[in-house]
Amino acid sequence: MTLTSPRTRRFDLTRLPLVKPLLRSRWPQFLVTVIALSGFLFAIITGLAGTPVGSRNFGIVFVWIAWWALLMLIAVPLLGRGWCSICPIPVPGEWLQRGAVLKPNGRGWGLARRWPRRLRNIWLQNASFALVALFSAVVLTQPAATGIVLAAFLFIAVGASLIFERRAFCRYLCPVGGFIGLYSQIAPIEVRVKDISICAAHTEKTCYIGDAEGYGCPWQSFPGGLAKNTYCGACMECLRTCPHDNIAINLRPFGDDLIKPIGRRLDEAFKAFIMLGSAVAYSAVMLGTWGDLKSAAYAVGSGEWFAYAIAFLAFIFGVLPGAFLLAIVAGQRLSGSTAKTKSTFIHMAYALVPLGLAAWIAFSLSFVFTNLSYLWPALSDPLGRGWNLLGAAHAQWTPYLTQAMPMLQAIVLLGGLLWSSATARRIAGERLSARAAMRQSLPVAGFCLIVTAGLLGLLIG
Amino acid sequence: MNAERLARFIVIALAIGLPFIAVIGSPDAQAIEIHGSVSETGGWAPADLTATAGRPIRLRLTSDDVMHGFAVGQSDAPAVDVKPGEVTELTLTFDQPGKYVFYCTRWCGLNHWRMRGTIQVEGQATAASDEPPLYVKLGLDIDAAHPAGVLPALRPSAARGAKLGVTIPAEFSSLDDYRPRSPVETWGAFRGASFTRGLSDQDVWDLVAVDWRSHTTPEAMQVGARLYAENCAACHGESGAGDGVMAAAIENQSHLDHAAKPVADFSDPVSMLGAKPAALQGKIVRGGMGTNMPYWGPIFTEAQTWALVDYLFAFQFEMEDEP
Repeated sequence: MTLTSPRTRRFDLTRLPLVKPLLRSRWPQFLVTVIALSGFLFAIITGLAGTPVGSRNFGIVFVWIAWWALLMLIAVPLLGRGWCSICPIPVPGEWLQRGAVLKPNGRGWGLARRWPRRLRNIWLQNASFALVALFSAVVLTQPAATGIVLAAFLFIAVGASLIFERRAFCRYLCPVGGFIGLYSQIAPIEVRVKDISICAAHTEKTCYIGDAEGYGCPWQSFPGGLAKNTYCGACMECLRTCPHDNIAINLRPFGDDLIKPIGRRLDEAFKAFIMLGSAVAYSAVMLGTWGDLKSAAYAVGSGEWFAYAIAFLAFIFGVLPGAFLLAIVAGQRLSGSTAKTKSTFIHMAYALVPLGLAAWIAFSLSFVFTNLSYLWPALSDPLGRGWNLLGAAHAQWTPYLTQAMPMLQAIVLLGGLLWSSATARRIAGERLSARAAMRQSLPVAGFCLIVTAGLLGLLIG
Repeated sequence: MNAERLARFIVIALAIGLPFIAVIGSPDAQAIEIHGSVSETGGWAPADLTATAGRPIRLRLTSDDVMHGFAVGQSDAPAVDVKPGEVTELTLTFDQPGKYVFYCTRWCGLNHWRMRGTIQVEGQATAASDEPPLYVKLGLDIDAAHPAGVLPALRPSAARGAKLGVTIPAEFSSLDDYRPRSPVETWGAFRGASFTRGLSDQDVWDLVAVDWRSHTTPEAMQVGARLYAENCAACHGESGAGDGVMAAAIENQSHLDHAAKPVADFSDPVSMLGAKPAALQGKIVRGGMGTNMPYWGPIFTEAQTWALVDYLFAFQFEMEDEP
């Protein structure tokens, strides 16, 4: 094993044979992206024109079961923003913006405006996720709604590419990209420079500006300054444009970004609450036994739905952060910390990232494996026309792993609880003594324990 | 071809061509695709089909919401299930021209019975047209109330009546007498006749039950029981008491401009013992105008309708000895 940077416990995958040529070449990434785009467009078409029966509709099953399983159970925990590197949503707009499908090839279209300074944060992503989440009971079950939402994503992404420079949609608008960025801090892989001094001496900054071999960072990040995965789209453009072979694709310990005391922000902190709260709410609405709650979430536009929407927003933006704030204040009293409460609140909120991801994995395990068998008939007859392409058009619904599921979910959630508690202690320890850090983090651990208990109750009963 | 052109070709071929080919490719352009959904969201679509007598038509049935069933009225063809998102293929051939009704055979919702469509079959008729139903020929007002003025002390029993050893004279027991006459009218006719002299009023009611049993068969009762369970019990209830799972909801429907009549209670002797079999058949065939009673004329054969009428009286009469 070769250690490639001053950071410890890292292994640069580009040192392996074939890895760098495969990643530098545009063709593998291009082909996977085009296949994903084909599936995405097909999902829109089947959503709008296929069978309106959600459990048999390719769009619903492909996106909300197959893709969701791939994303939450594999891609995000293990590859961070790996999905973003092949995501089909921004590529049509990006191709138009660049005027090319592969390498830089002349002049593209678009106004190339800079994204407004005041919006250079993820508050819009927080809002867009909450907006989609409010309609999720309908979007996840009604093929036409799924088709419209996916088409809207595509339309907005193309529009953003034609108005603004680079991947403004991915960086500032995409509701999925927001939480992938948050949880990518956990992933055991990162794109980083090997030697920052080389970047400092490289005046052309082709990784940010672009050159004949590739484009300047689409995510508007300077690779030399990357400390976290949050805003690195793993697109590999910097690997192609760096003339000094200074880009590494590192394997690293899980959760390494969480314990770096830099770059912590309130918008990202709130993303942690939004995601944790949404996991709780989704578990209650979609897997719970409360018919009235389910009906309210489904009856978009009704008085019941407005009540549900207000309760949902109040929970993720008010109740959960408010309870966490109480835990922070209690921790400050216990530890005698004199740090500003807001600053402590922001820093400590990053401790919720492991529990949040664990909550989504636990929810997704149940959701996905309960419904995965819908995939086979949907693939066999994607348009609901009586086809039987894979011989599974009449396969019956069969939930998988029903016996093992409660145990799996409990292990994941308890793992998330322990990890979050340990992370809280480490974050507190950045500014406090070991004893004070323990006291500062105890109420946060209690907060995590209550949330975990709630999730265990909702998911396992 | 340079790399950029090749990439663009792949984009067009895969991202646009594949979905396009998948969408335009239809497995059977000759078949009629019929989508089923609960009546509240449209029922069958299309609901009006045409065919030619003697020529098969191919149907591709699919449900857009819940499980439905498909059958053609007054036909021997068995019903088929129409599952959500799946396609059921069916070929129909009509021997005779006419207007046929197809309908849902699964209790799919409150207005399940409204989920019907028609198939207009053109061609040369080779069989005689149907006669009007008996209630029309008799000129019965089937909407009029028909309370029985006299009631039995016990539930009339054909088994007890048979044990009396009394033979009902032929002039009192023909089918032509039975169907236009309510049980209470039959009881009155029997009571005034000499063959019931010396019998109690209850004995005469038991003979009325014997008369009912003599005009049906175990096979007809089985058919009636099946039809009742499949088509009537949801509103009228398993016991006939008008307390089926849909009864309350159907009475509260707001599409009528007046208060809906309660669902008929076949366990009520006042109403049932005053009901003429021909009037009950008329209700089934025509439906209850102004009530929520569906019309079954285009769906049940005449034999099925009479079998159902026979079964309805089983809510009043005992056929066999009670165990």
